[in-house]
Amino acid sequence: MPEASAEAGQYPTFAVPPEKLPALAAYLHDDADLQFDNLVALVGNDWGDSLGVVYYLNSVKYNHWVILKTSTTDRENPLLYSISHIWTNALLEEREVYDFFGIRFIGHPDMRRIFLREDWYGYPLRKDYDTSRENNPIPETNEECSDTTVSWSMTPDGKPEKKIVEIFGKDDYIVNIGPQHPATHGVLRFRTALDGEVIKKIDVHCGYIHRGIEKLWEGMTYPQTLHMTDRLDYLSAHQNRHALCMCIEDALQLEVPLRAQYIRTMMDELMRISSHLLFFATMAMDLGALTAFFYGFRERELVLDIFEDTCGARMSLNYNTIGGVMADIHPDFRRKVKELIRIMPDRLKEYHEVFSGNVIARNRLIGVGHLSLEDAVRYNTTGPSGRASGWACDVRKRTPYGVYDKVDFDEVLATEGDSYARYMVRMHEIEQSLRILEQLVDNIPEGDYAVKTKPIIKLPEGRYFKQVEASRGAFGIYLESRGDKTPYRLKVVSPGYALVGAIDHLARGAKIADLIAIGASLDYVVPDIDR
Amino acid sequence: MFDFSIVTQWIDAFLRTYLPEWGALLIEFVLIGVALLLLYALIALALIYGERKICAFFQCRLGPNRVGPLGLFQSVADMVKILIKELIDIKHNDKFLFNLAPYLVILSSMLAFGCLPFGRGLQVIDFNIGVFFIMAVSSIGVLGILLAGWSSNNKFTLVGAMRSGAQMISYELSIGLSMLSVVVFAGTMQTTQLVAAQQSGWFIFTGHIPMLIAFVIYLIAGTAETNRGPFDLPEAESELTAGYHTEYSGIHFGFYYLAEYLNLFIVSGIASLLFLGGWAPLHIGNWTAFNTVMDYIPSVIWFFGKTAVVMFIIMWFKWTFPRLRIDQLLHLEWKYLVPIGFVNLLLVVLITIFNLHF
Repeated sequence: MPEASAEAGQYPTFAVPPEKLPALAAYLHDDADLQFDNLVALVGNDWGDSLGVVYYLNSVKYNHWVILKTSTTDRENPLLYSISHIWTNALLEEREVYDFFGIRFIGHPDMRRIFLREDWYGYPLRKDYDTSRENNPIPETNEECSDTTVSWSMTPDGKPEKKIVEIFGKDDYIVNIGPQHPATHGVLRFRTALDGEVIKKIDVHCGYIHRGIEKLWEGMTYPQTLHMTDRLDYLSAHQNRHALCMCIEDALQLEVPLRAQYIRTMMDELMRISSHLLFFATMAMDLGALTAFFYGFRERELVLDIFEDTCGARMSLNYNTIGGVMADIHPDFRRKVKELIRIMPDRLKEYHEVFSGNVIARNRLIGVGHLSLEDAVRYNTTGPSGRASGWACDVRKRTPYGVYDKVDFDEVLATEGDSYARYMVRMHEIEQSLRILEQLVDNIPEGDYAVKTKPIIKLPEGRYFKQVEASRGAFGIYLESRGDKTPYRLKVVSPGYALVGAIDHLARGAKIADLIAIGASLDYVVPDIDR
Repeated sequence: MFDFSIVTQWIDAFLRTYLPEWGALLIEFVLIGVALLLLYALIALALIYGERKICAFFQCRLGPNRVGPLGLFQSVADMVKILIKELIDIKHNDKFLFNLAPYLVILSSMLAFGCLPFGRGLQVIDFNIGVFFIMAVSSIGVLGILLAGWSSNNKFTLVGAMRSGAQMISYELSIGLSMLSVVVFAGTMQTTQLVAAQQSGWFIFTGHIPMLIAFVIYLIAGTAETNRGPFDLPEAESELTAGYHTEYSGIHFGFYYLAEYLNLFIVSGIASLLFLGGWAPLHIGNWTAFNTVMDYIPSVIWFFGKTAVVMFIIMWFKWTFPRLRIDQLLHLEWKYLVPIGFVNLLLVVLITIFNLHF
């Protein structure tokens, strides 16, 4: 590729002029030796003189990486080319970039804002954004919900052309599910076109709990940034924070003591167990089995007790720090973890008796919301949802971190790709997490639980990207530093955002009740989607 | 066994000595109406408390335990709360139908409730089409639900009402078929005669296998008829927030709530009337001593005891099973329950003709 210029970095990086990007992307995706079939991250950026996007591409088969960079200097009317026809998860990611940077993507079928109100003025993640109240006064009217969207295309003579597109058909019966709805697990909104009980199309609206964490981060020192991660996906608080800490440590080239690594790994697995138990509980509740709901919460309490002892909190755990963990483990930690390992197999059996084996539950889940392996990769539905379709996407296996390379565990895979497979994968993952804990609990090495870091941390200039396996998928942190004590750009690549992007695909042709089952089986957490 | 008709006849005679016939009847109507209403409300309170305790027991919880001893006054407090709540007036709905709907629902369950034989001689009305009448009036309820869903002018309530209509009308078939089996077996529709026929042995025992099948079908269809889990699709809270009664508030919502619990009682009461002998005590062949002891237990306790057992089973369903999907629900009815019900009816006819029962 003669047009692309290579840059130094974590992975091979190429800067590409915008108009060459679609061809290069198609080549990278289709070439048999490259097969970059997974778009891991799509990060909008404001580099001062130019606005642009960084793409992280990964190959499922070869597990190699490439970074593409493209930018435009036109700040008034920035136009780039969409790659959503190659990697479908870019559909939502590009809308996010448009929302925050104002970059319009040519060829994108639905160029609307996604998080902010449609009447929002300006693009908040641009460095020259006016944050004053006068720029965006508190709105006193309800948000108008437009039934049309915009799509940009390029005419043969090189002029961008705007086209208005209807979102729904003329006679569609549209039901608004959310943002206040018991089964959306938070403030997520689906505008659903129905034909009787059958779903024709779902238009996802996000942003009801958007807190602008990425914008806030740009004004925070590195130790301060950590506190936001627990407030993303609060059911993967440890893993999220682990990712950010690893990313910063990686940039600092800081060696984390082995004891801290062990503790972090164990905490990650405990967190996964607690999250999957909550998943079991809410899934049962969404399907109407209220007793199973309480069973899940009963055991989750044990895990939360362990967290409370060591971290001093049950929800916002604030445990990992740069260079280790905040405090040493509680004296009761080992005993309680062993107790959990002892109890759980019986309790899992109980779950299977009361819910998994139930004929109604099986009828509701088997064959519902089928996601093929190709679609899982195309939509980037990582985590248990991807593994249920047979995609071996576990970050713990692909690029081990913590002490995952020292423990023996299986990556739970299924091939069915339906809601029941997604459910069972999670239940089996609890068993694997217990197995990991069992191997680690008696072998925590002595030593420091954290290394001392300087009070003011400045990261060397560069672009860093780290992934961990959070409870619901690959959670990535993109960090761009310009050598300051605050990040220049810090972005979360959250698994939930990709999951919610796939929901239209999964639910089409299904019934309303299936939408609930599919949503429950994807197990998204809304603060993770909205950030 | 104490016959309550002694009391009622004494009251009747007492009133007639002082009043003309129409005056006596008027006072009796009022008395019976008040008594039924009171009983209706009391049973609902007891049921709400009972269900909360039972489901708490299933779910490793304690249930209400703060208001009064063992939380006994919790449902009383809830009732007072719902009585003093505002009836929120919503815009753009059909006011007349919207306000009419809850009364239709409560009317239908009230009428069916009035026909139950609570004990020996403790029955408001006893006529030759008793069971048929109960069946007929309890079907009015679906009208109220459909009206509620339609007049609320809300998409969720409409979907809920449509589900409910499809569900209740379908499952009435199965209920009808299993009732018909009993009627064929007993040869009567009159409630007193149904009970009298079961004095020597309850139908579920004397009618052996076909009656057992009819009982199971009745239980499933009855659960569906009361819109309770696993058939609570019309109000599936995780899908339709609250289904057809989403827009209702205050006592109008309370009526739906009340009717749901009383329908549970009515369905269980009819089950005990048709299959478990109503208020008839448990008699086993010629065990005279045992039968005499059983006779000492008052008929009211027999009736409420049997009803409570059936109610417990239906509650057990609700708190264990997940919810079905609408197509699965209709599949279950039309592809399984109705054909089985017809075959079973044939079986009952055969065993009745050839005297193959006990």
